Amino acid sequence: MDDLIKIYVTDLDGVKHCIEAPTDMGLSLMEAIKANELQIKATCGGMALCATCHVYIKSDHLLPTMSEDEEAMLDDAFLLGIPHSRLSCQIYLKPELDGLEVQLGENTAV
Amino acid sequence: MIETDLLIIGAGPCGLFTVFEAGLIKLRCHLIDALAEPGGQLTEIYPKKPIYDIPGLPSILAGDLVKNLMEQAAPFKPGFTLGERAETLEKTNDGKWKLVTNKGTEHLAPIVVIAGGLGCFEPRKPNLDLLDKFEDKGVEYIIKDPEIYRGQNVVIAGGGDSALDWTLFLSEVAKSVTLVHRRTTFRGHPDSIQRVMDLASAGKIELLLNSEVTALHGEDHLDKVSITNFEENNTAERNTDHFIPLFGLSPKLGPIKDWQLNLNKESISVNTFDYSTNIPGIYAVGDINDYPGKLRLILCGFHEATLMVQSAFKRIYPEKNLVLKYTTVSGVNSF
Repeated sequence: MDDLIKIYVTDLDGVKHCIEAPTDMGLSLMEAIKANELQIKATCGGMALCATCHVYIKSDHLLPTMSEDEEAMLDDAFLLGIPHSRLSCQIYLKPELDGLEVQLGENTAV
Repeated sequence: MIETDLLIIGAGPCGLFTVFEAGLIKLRCHLIDALAEPGGQLTEIYPKKPIYDIPGLPSILAGDLVKNLMEQAAPFKPGFTLGERAETLEKTNDGKWKLVTNKGTEHLAPIVVIAGGLGCFEPRKPNLDLLDKFEDKGVEYIIKDPEIYRGQNVVIAGGGDSALDWTLFLSEVAKSVTLVHRRTTFRGHPDSIQRVMDLASAGKIELLLNSEVTALHGEDHLDKVSITNFEENNTAERNTDHFIPLFGLSPKLGPIKDWQLNLNKESISVNTFDYSTNIPGIYAVGDINDYPGKLRLILCGFHEATLMVQSAFKRIYPEKNLVLKYTTVSGVNSF
């Protein structure tokens, strides 16, 4: 399928997984990780309200600009300013993100 | 000792709707919640967010849904123990459950319903040396009694509504209030932000932006904090009697995990026949339970609560037959 992209996710044990995700379903990175049955807490379900889907971005893909909500949440969770930190629930999958590499943050532990 | 039929842990949407369904079959309920207000996540995390998947309500704000659920439960006069965490659970000699909260309030019921959602909300704590040492000795995460700050110097940290609201409130009570925030923008009610800015320009409070409390000092009680300004890259000490970090709340399963319930990660495994747990007389409904095909949706929690109360009734009154009555036919007969 044309609209599938590959994403590389390194879990908390340091194991790298390659997941495939469609870009035509309005999925966030967090949802794609969850759908592939990798462990990610993601308590609030995608509202940028808990920071338990925190990831470090390892590749240099151009990502959507951080919203005020995401920035405030990262700040509350003491993660703002820690390089390459994003909330995976706020990154919506699109073809340009093919090959994206991320590492799960400590807060994602279930 | 508070006695009831169904003791519900968690006053979120699912716990509140349980009161209604239990009330229809004449079972009384009492709810316990670690938060000071009913509503759970809906009140605490997203009161102003719309929910679109409640059957029959095309769109409703989370806070309004809680208000409606409270109104729906009201005829059945539920009791509440709020601001207390369910701590210990033990079986009494006559087969009931005795539940004691962290503040020592005792409850007794034949049935316990865990509707605990994501668990108890606990304050997010900054990573600071000596933080543990000064807890309740100058460091408070939750303001229980604003009067203790009267005439005192207070440093508040955070950028959300609770930091803003308490800054505004304590500016009238405390001797001095300093609000420390790591960014330059706040996530709060625009009116509160404006009022905080106005107080700062009028010199009534001190507002330190791009700044963070980076060290705590004192002997037995906190008496000083270090505040670092990242932009100017300098650190200054400031005398204070209290430091109140307000960085929001994060949920933890808490003491429930020690109750010998079958767990799957942070969720309680249940039988989908009646949402019973492995311990007879204890049920779990809503986001906190787990079963094959589980979806964490409010509407699924409502369904679970409805089936669960039927089973609870049969446990309490094994000799009685329960006939399903329609509210359209029988109405809602309040207690």
